[in-house]
Amino acid sequence: MTRKQRRFAFLALGLTVLAAATALVLMALRDTIVVFYGPKDAISRLASGDLKPGQRIRLGGLVAPGTLNAKTGQKEVSFAVTDGQATVSVSYNDILPDLIREGQGVVAQGVFDTPDHFTADQVLAKHDEKYMPPEVAEALKKQGRWKEGEGGAPVPESGAP
Amino acid sequence: MIPELGHFALLLATGLALYQAIAGYLGAARYAPALMDGARNAALAQAAALIISFGALIAVYVTSDFSVVAVAANSHSLKPLLYKVAGAWGNHEGSMLLWSLMLALFGGLVALFGRRVPPTLKARVLAVQGTIGLAFLLFIAFTSNPFDRIDPPPLDGHGLNPLLQDPGLAFHPPLLYAGYVGFSVTFAFAIAGMLEGRIDAAWARWVRPWALAAWLLLTLGIALGSWWAYYELGWGGFWFWDPVENASLLPWLAGAALLHSAIVCERREAMKAWTVFLALLAFSLSLLGTFLVRSGVITSVHAFANDPERGVFILGIMLAAVGGSFALFAWRGPMLRSNAIFAPVSRETALAINNLLLTAAALAVLVGTLYPLVIDAMSGEAISVGPPYFNLVVGALFLPLLLLVPFGPMLAWKRGDVAQAALRLWAAGGIALAVGVVTLAVQTKGPWLAALGVALAAWLICGAISDIVSRVRWKGGAGVAFARLGGLPGSVWGSALAHAGVGVTLLGIIGATAWADEQIKAMKPGEQVAIGPYQVTLEGVGAVTGPNYSADQAVLKVERGGELVRVMRPERRFFPAGRMTTTETAIHTTGFADFYTALGERPEGADAWTVRLHYKPLAPFIWLGALIMALGGLLSLLDRRLRVGAPSRRRVAPAAALPAE
Repeated sequence: MTRKQRRFAFLALGLTVLAAATALVLMALRDTIVVFYGPKDAISRLASGDLKPGQRIRLGGLVAPGTLNAKTGQKEVSFAVTDGQATVSVSYNDILPDLIREGQGVVAQGVFDTPDHFTADQVLAKHDEKYMPPEVAEALKKQGRWKEGEGGAPVPESGAP
Repeated sequence: MIPELGHFALLLATGLALYQAIAGYLGAARYAPALMDGARNAALAQAAALIISFGALIAVYVTSDFSVVAVAANSHSLKPLLYKVAGAWGNHEGSMLLWSLMLALFGGLVALFGRRVPPTLKARVLAVQGTIGLAFLLFIAFTSNPFDRIDPPPLDGHGLNPLLQDPGLAFHPPLLYAGYVGFSVTFAFAIAGMLEGRIDAAWARWVRPWALAAWLLLTLGIALGSWWAYYELGWGGFWFWDPVENASLLPWLAGAALLHSAIVCERREAMKAWTVFLALLAFSLSLLGTFLVRSGVITSVHAFANDPERGVFILGIMLAAVGGSFALFAWRGPMLRSNAIFAPVSRETALAINNLLLTAAALAVLVGTLYPLVIDAMSGEAISVGPPYFNLVVGALFLPLLLLVPFGPMLAWKRGDVAQAALRLWAAGGIALAVGVVTLAVQTKGPWLAALGVALAAWLICGAISDIVSRVRWKGGAGVAFARLGGLPGSVWGSALAHAGVGVTLLGIIGATAWADEQIKAMKPGEQVAIGPYQVTLEGVGAVTGPNYSADQAVLKVERGGELVRVMRPERRFFPAGRMTTTETAIHTTGFADFYTALGERPEGADAWTVRLHYKPLAPFIWLGALIMALGGLLSLLDRRLRVGAPSRRRVAPAAALPAE
């Protein structure tokens, strides 16, 4: 094989691998990314059909006071996520992260099984009592329900891997 | 007084780094031996100054001098000594000083042991090291001085984040940084080689040991971090595709590619430009990782600094280093021609494909890590790219890579013979196939993909053994064969071990994910649960007190077929200093499987406790494999052939001894 042919072969091989990797990345990104919504946003998108039950999303807001309910003798817990304008009830079948509290920020990842009930397979919260997940802080800021300086250093803790 | 001494030594090191850079560039450009010697001495002095500075920092932490802001914020008088010491680098300021210290130590090692490197090349390498060091020392001096004082000093400190109070984590950052920063040497060699116009076999010979050392330290650092996450976080996971984990994986992938391409460059003077590109890429990705962690643009367990000013500073350093080096590459790269001729089937081609796939995997991980940031910046929409993406993409790219691994060492340089390689590998292939089929038939759960993975792991391990066996050839009796075995060069053992290590880690990953048995139960005292081969009884939950925490401790009696195996005591610890709760897991390991327990909360008003139980077959193999990979790297590093005619005879030992610093 001449030098020119060899170089061409290598270029072709490299480009093929690159093209395959790019296609793979694009396909995987399309299928696997998870979008964050607040309760109000999620409900309006559900109503308009923009978001379908069964589609994985991250739902974030505050744990509504008086709703955190760990049933005795069962590991299943339920709570409601609110952004002050809409509330969604969430159930979760695992150990909740340490220090998840009513009135604190939370991010639940999972699916809407019916338009008013959300099943989470992962709950993100934080050790620090001042913690606010950044997306939640952003969403609350947009609604003017968030004061600067309230949040601590945001460090998420994942519930289930 | 001690903080001032440390601060002074830090500023002195900054000045020395400046001198090192200027003297190195000028001395090499004018061929002035005095200046080049000056650069060398400055590199040694800078390392000494930073050792003093870092020593002062540790002294401040050990004596709990709360008049220093960083100590007050991150330490506590009641903390055990190990964590007082580790606390020195368990925060932003101290870890940056550690970073700079590592950088200076690597510079010092080049100065000391690079005697056979031509003086101008060495001066330029030191100059580049000095420039990087200067940038980071200025960063520390202006934005993150670890010796800043506070007046009046508080009575006691806030305490180190309890999650970090762990022996594994005490050593994770130094190893990881040594790995990250080790790539600064290959980066410096790449820049210096391009400035010099000299990228040849000798250059690759000088670069390869550094790449190996950095890669093996990074391997150990990542493995230690993953092990820590496994037993400390209490979720039973060992890798979360967290952006910061990805940030350490990126230079690891690029470094693995660099190791392999440097071999081609050294032996055949081919793939020169590509090797230089990888050397630049590996350190650029290290810098990117530093930026991601330090700037607060991502949120993660690791993100302890989210000060925009610091982020902008590091972004500046990163853009200058990456932009400058790649501009130089664009200018000088086309001149790096290689005249080596090789056939489409050859060792060269195999290594080129290895490089393509490893680099593609690194880019795919990079895209997944940065994509949420880009989307957020462009549309404000918050998205997350999680494990499904990374598993799919990295899995798909690693499958062909791992399939091809055993062929690589079997192919000859220049012109290889697939049929001959296949002849040597048929046994390995047969065993792998049999293992896969048996696994598929035997496994009661887990997808067919798990059987494929096990077959792949067997293929890697048997392929590595075949490599050794085919070199020994059982001719002339066992004595001769053993003599040959002992006479095999370290690099052959190194590559065989490292490749087998990949297989071992793969086995562990499959066992711990596909075949794991996981139960989360609300258990009342006296209640029994069956999991894996064990029967577990919750005897009770009691209160215990530690030096700086109080804890609920569960007593779990673990039996197997009626016989007591062990009593396990997972805890939930509460640290009053930081008002934080952590999970302290209890793990029973047989070496082939882990039984993993963690204690959750007691639901209010209930008499039951949430208990998390995992039975994870083969889980210890994940880290065992990483150790084997690192051992392979070490053997390769100790290879006589690398040293004969290489720049130094004793380069290896000091680089490997670094983590002890």
